Amino acid sequence: MRAFSYERVSAPAQAASRAAEVPGAKFIAGGTNLLDLMKLEIETPVHLIDVSGTGLDSISDTREGGLRIGALVSNTDLAANERVRREYGVLTRALMAGASGQLRNKATTAGNLLQRTRCPYFYDTAMPCNKRAPGTGCAALGQGAFSRQLGIIGTSDACIATHPSDMAVALRVLDAEVETVTPAGASRTIPLDEFYRLPGDTPEIETALMPGEFITAVKLPPPVGGRQAYYKVRDRASYAFALVSVALVRQSDGSGRVALGGVAPQPWRRAQADAALPDGANAVMSRLLDGASPTEENAFKIQLAERTLAGMLAEG
Amino acid sequence: MSPPIRFEMRRRTFLVGTASAVVAANIPWRANAQPTSLAGPERSTFTLVVNGEPRELAVDNRTTLLDALREHLQLTGTKKGCDHGQCGACTVNVNGERINSCLSLAVMHQGDEVTTIEGLGTPQQLDPMQQAFFDHDGFQCGYCTPGQICSAKAVLEEIRDNVPSHVTQDLTARIEATDEEIRERMSGNICRCGAYANILEAIHQAAGEPT
Ligand SMILES: Cc1cc2nc3c(=O)[nH]c(=O)nc-3n(C[C@H](O)[C@H](O)[C@H](O)COP(=O)(O)OP(=O)(O)OC[C@H]3O[C@@H](n4cnc5c(N)ncnc54)[C@H](O)[C@@H]3O)c2cc1C
Ligand code: SF4
Ligand code: FES
Ligand code: FES
Repeated sequence: MRAFSYERVSAPAQAASRAAEVPGAKFIAGGTNLLDLMKLEIETPVHLIDVSGTGLDSISDTREGGLRIGALVSNTDLAANERVRREYGVLTRALMAGASGQLRNKATTAGNLLQRTRCPYFYDTAMPCNKRAPGTGCAALGQGAFSRQLGIIGTSDACIATHPSDMAVALRVLDAEVETVTPAGASRTIPLDEFYRLPGDTPEIETALMPGEFITAVKLPPPVGGRQAYYKVRDRASYAFALVSVALVRQSDGSGRVALGGVAPQPWRRAQADAALPDGANAVMSRLLDGASPTEENAFKIQLAERTLAGMLAEG
Repeated sequence: MSPPIRFEMRRRTFLVGTASAVVAANIPWRANAQPTSLAGPERSTFTLVVNGEPRELAVDNRTTLLDALREHLQLTGTKKGCDHGQCGACTVNVNGERINSCLSLAVMHQGDEVTTIEGLGTPQQLDPMQQAFFDHDGFQCGYCTPGQICSAKAVLEEIRDNVPSHVTQDLTARIEATDEEIRERMSGNICRCGAYANILEAIHQAAGEPT
């Protein structure tokens, strides 16, 4: 790990202005992703801004009848919140399908959104990776590369990594918004469907956040009701990242919403696929995954996604 | 007949870069993102309350809570397995919650109450969870055991507090300490010796004891 200086800030605007002032600075919240990457020198901040004292650790009702989740609320506290488990069940389910009890106690809402990919070549600093070292190439697309876990849609010739968060898939299906403060002290709201950028030629730029911009909260609109479920397919029954995951909200008339995890650089949802829900899993997936470009190793994800949704729909 | 989902296989690219070429390509990029001087000191002085006792530390900012406990406070009961949050050997309790001490910076725990395996019981008077692991042979080599025990105690508290898990069927009902619930909640603690069956028995025994 590279040496770094450390400071603790007490207010969100202070966090943002310090991040813009100090070159090479990064925020640290739970630390469960950043510290992991710092140990491997994939992330090399020279200054850490500890944001855990900024007081953003509560969940409150919004005037519109939704929920405002502070950026520092832990994954455990969010999943266990009474309103979340009753009215936004898909979120509790997605959170509890991720990581382990120990990690969820430390992982924060903002940190979870900004966790980086689990592409094995991103982690291996001896290998080319356009996301870690722009311009070096993408090892995952090399001959004989291991791409089983990687993305099948929304990817590019520069990068086929997925975004690994389970929570973000549920937030996407719930139409969440990300609330931030900029280094200049202005606040802005970014809908989650505009939050994650597709890789294109610049896979190192992952979100719509500007340098130094600090997340203060995630906002949920009023509950949409329906039956809510999250199904995660992985190589072992617990404590593993998704191969494919499906977040589903289904109303009694058969209409609803679907988002996929484990297939793309962002939680994957399309309006025309939602609209096809009454017609079944194949109708949904032929719209949601239309134009996919898998590798030979991960083409199985197409059928896996369809079958996963079919199974969920069969359960009612 | 359902229509097939249209897709096209992505072509492999020919990688010109070898590992050493990549390292070279890496350097200018790293140099850009990497100012040479730090914005402040690289060491910090702070206090942790470990097993009820305030302990002052003056350490490099890079020190994890795990290394602070083991290397600086000589509390070697907490183990280092993977150092990356993947095994649970380093599990300790901080302010009432279990965490992986390898993925947390010591400097971020100023004033926090840390409980390690050394703070649970003594050889003369074991904590009920320690006694239960002993009674049921909940270990073989013992390396994962401190983490298992610290985690298991927290699992029972989480069930008592009605925190849901991945296997909880009804999110609004009272949660019971079933086999399935305990197994899922303990999945962050890996045991290379495979003592899982006995660990499960031990946790059931401890769950039956008054706290
Ligand atoms: C072994 C293991 C298994 C895991 N399994 C899963 C899994 O199955 N599913 C899953 O979804 N996740 C999984 N995770 C990832 C885990 O969910 C993340 O590590 C965690 O959510 C990150 O949150 P944090 O608060 O610790 O973030 P940190 O590590 O503190 O920060 C992550 C990033 O967010 C930035 N950041 C933090 N807060 C803010 C803010 N308020 N504003 C702007 N930027 C901010 C930081 O600068 C950093 O770049 C796993 C992790 C591990 C180690
Ligand atoms: S898929 Fe993306 S993250 Fe993985 S090696 Fe290629 S560029 Fe890097
Ligand atoms: S040493 Fe911390 S989880 Fe393995
Ligand atoms: S007892 Fe040996 S690793 Fe668990």
